[in-house]
Amino acid sequence: MLKTADSLLALVGNTPLVELSRFAPGPVRVFAKLEAQNPTGSIKDRVAKAMIDAAEASGELQPGRRLLEPTSGNTGISLALVAKLRGYPLTCVMPENATDERRRVLRLFGAEVIDSPGDQGSNGAVRLALELAERDPSWFMPFQYANEANPRAHYEGTGAEIVEALDRVDVLVAGLGTGGTLMGTGARLRESFPDVVVAAAEPLPGESVMGLRSLADGYVPPILDVEKLDRKILVSNEQSVRGLRDLLDAEGVFGGVSAGAVAHVARQLAGELEEGVVVCILADGGWKYLSADFWEADDVEQSMERTVWW
Amino acid sequence: MTKVRIPPTLRNEVGGERELIGEGETVREVLEDVAGRYPALQAQLFEEGTLAPFVNVYLGGEDVRTLDGLETRVNGASVILLPAMAGGC
Repeated sequence: MLKTADSLLALVGNTPLVELSRFAPGPVRVFAKLEAQNPTGSIKDRVAKAMIDAAEASGELQPGRRLLEPTSGNTGISLALVAKLRGYPLTCVMPENATDERRRVLRLFGAEVIDSPGDQGSNGAVRLALELAERDPSWFMPFQYANEANPRAHYEGTGAEIVEALDRVDVLVAGLGTGGTLMGTGARLRESFPDVVVAAAEPLPGESVMGLRSLADGYVPPILDVEKLDRKILVSNEQSVRGLRDLLDAEGVFGGVSAGAVAHVARQLAGELEEGVVVCILADGGWKYLSADFWEADDVEQSMERTVWW
Repeated sequence: MTKVRIPPTLRNEVGGERELIGEGETVREVLEDVAGRYPALQAQLFEEGTLAPFVNVYLGGEDVRTLDGLETRVNGASVILLPAMAGGC
């Protein structure tokens, strides 16, 4: 353990694992990896740092270039920290319906925000960012969806840390976004625990964020190989919020929406086992979601319809 | 009798329906039954006999690609079709 750090970037990773024995009581032990304890409050600090390190090391990223990334929040905030400390300007392309906290934090960190159409969700942000980068080669786009440094950060970091902390892991649960966490952490865990079940919790999107004109507008991140997942489970917004509230009530762990979904799936899969160890990765805390309507809504599902939550 | 939920992206192909009913023992049979009535849907769902890359099919909330694919037995659960969307924040 470091006594002092020369930069916040030295404090990325090495997050704690806490047992959720009140949230998920029973013969199966459930542990949560608290990624909210990274410097900007999410797992994406690992990814942002790894992508910039790799691009600098390869010579692709040099002083004078500007960074561009499609992100609905956490990756942008993490990149904003790394960009600031390394001296690059950053622009984030973000669906217009992302929460205000995210925009405000990005601007406070000195990043610019370009809006993409809200009804196209992350697909719209990805498409617009790719167009911008193609038009102007002065942008450097780390592009978490296709950057091998993303899963590698989880192979070398998240996964290695879990293997060091636990003698046994039967199930790994993480949220499915870019696929980076599941691919990298899953690969590392399989080396030590060959029978581990790698399970993805995936958001069931609201109807109004599925505004793709056709299936051809769909997107599968290049770093995601669905063949490497053992389970891939849809979680409704309502189930995610229930998971989030139960986590808070039972353990005092205040997670974000995807953390609620992941905890929900972890509890479900623990219930399918007689004994063993389930590890779930909670990507962020609940703070960035406080302005959202769902906390007091009578109809949670309807109140969350119009936004992409992870 | 299996319920098949249709996402907004595919509703033009099925005359605006949000949900259809298909018959069959496996996911493939149910989808082929439904797509047999809506040829435009057939063209979107399948590519050379397998699932098109940007379609996700869920049975009882689990992606059939991590179950037995199109040969997964439905056993009374319902089917959800979704477009592949980028996640990640």
